[in-house]
Amino acid sequence: MSLVHRIIPCLDTDGSRVVKGVHFEGLRDAGDPAELAARYNAEGADELVVLDIAASRDNHPTFLETIRRVAQQLSIPLAAGGGIRTLADARSVIRAGADKITLNTAAVDRPQLIQELSNEFGAQAVVLAIDAKRESSYWEVRVHGGRTPTGLDAEEWAVKGVEMGAGEILLTSMDRDGTQSGFDIALTSAISRRVTVPVIASGGAKLPNDFLQVFTEGAADAALAASIFHDQVQSIRALKSFLRENAVEVRLPC
Amino acid sequence: MIVTVIDYGAGNVTSVERALRKLGAKVRSTNRPEDIRSASALILPGVGHCAALIAALDAQNLRQPLLEKLSTGAPFLGICLGLQALYESSDEAPGLMGLGLLKGRVSKLPLNVKLPHMGWNQLHLIKPSTLLENISPESYFYFAHSYAAPAAGPERTALSMHGREFIAVIEQQNIFGVQFHPEKSGAPGAQLLQNFLRRAA
Repeated sequence: MSLVHRIIPCLDTDGSRVVKGVHFEGLRDAGDPAELAARYNAEGADELVVLDIAASRDNHPTFLETIRRVAQQLSIPLAAGGGIRTLADARSVIRAGADKITLNTAAVDRPQLIQELSNEFGAQAVVLAIDAKRESSYWEVRVHGGRTPTGLDAEEWAVKGVEMGAGEILLTSMDRDGTQSGFDIALTSAISRRVTVPVIASGGAKLPNDFLQVFTEGAADAALAASIFHDQVQSIRALKSFLRENAVEVRLPC
Repeated sequence: MIVTVIDYGAGNVTSVERALRKLGAKVRSTNRPEDIRSASALILPGVGHCAALIAALDAQNLRQPLLEKLSTGAPFLGICLGLQALYESSDEAPGLMGLGLLKGRVSKLPLNVKLPHMGWNQLHLIKPSTLLENISPESYFYFAHSYAAPAAGPERTALSMHGREFIAVIEQQNIFGVQFHPEKSGAPGAQLLQNFLRRAA
């Protein structure tokens, strides 16, 4: 009896449709978020993340409707984010049916926001999303969908985020994202061993062995992927069977 | 039958309502004392901060009507913080009084494991259970909490474990509680809610 490793599909949306691209560029349509959500719910996903990668102010009502449509399909937890800048934004996302809020750029701009949300909804509802890129001697935090370097050290930022009240870290490797060359094990391990909260590894997943490695060597608590699930390159059920055969505890729905 | 869901303002009750409606239940969400007095079955979902829940129950004058209702034998299901609130006190809400229907204190899980205890875990059944009828003992349920009930007490029906054992399912006459989120726990979670509805009918 112990907590199992989680497999989390991610729906990157333009507010209303699922889109895909490499390094957040060259986006193309990948389907209806509610349809994909229903599929993943049935296939044994442990949780779902839905992001508004356009994240403009005007887009907010459209995205809230998407959250509502996605939440209706789920009997598993839902995290949502993209463009959440205020307590009021977060409240509307929770009211639309999300269980957790992911914060990224807005938390870097104003770390106090993490604390405000954590006080209101509890740490378990606040996910700090960190996009990290390798520089010569450290991993640098990037914001605005990975376009803007911040000079922040990702390890230090993760620790600070947890101190401010984040209950989970969603860690994306900008070096691996979209490359399907495997998770960044060194990055994931470095951050996961520094913080006291669960870490979701993201960026680069392709093979079942990538997941095995990020759970064992990378010390990840959960692993997130998008394209390989959307394109049905990898089924969640088969992935979980593989992990269980390799002594990683997962939830296989009965 | 109408299930009364106590919506004290801070939690996400939407998913609980939706899960109940999918099972065919009629749901009334409320924070009005008179609705609690007239309820036939009650659910208290809780996410967030224990102090916020207890403070909200008192600020909205819900404590007394709730305690009176439960003393009449009305079926009650506390979810997550809704379970924790049944105890006398919680380390997360120092200085505040829990509902005190169960003896003991809610305390933080040990720091040698990652907190919150977030994700899917299993149960260890202690005694025959109404809530867990027709649910495989291998089933997983979704947890998201850092504080938990003690591991001992006559109310305990099933335990779970993260750093230490804690009571994950409570059944004591008309008082039911689950530390996990049945509304987020797939098919076994839906079955559990169904079992509560059947018991309440």
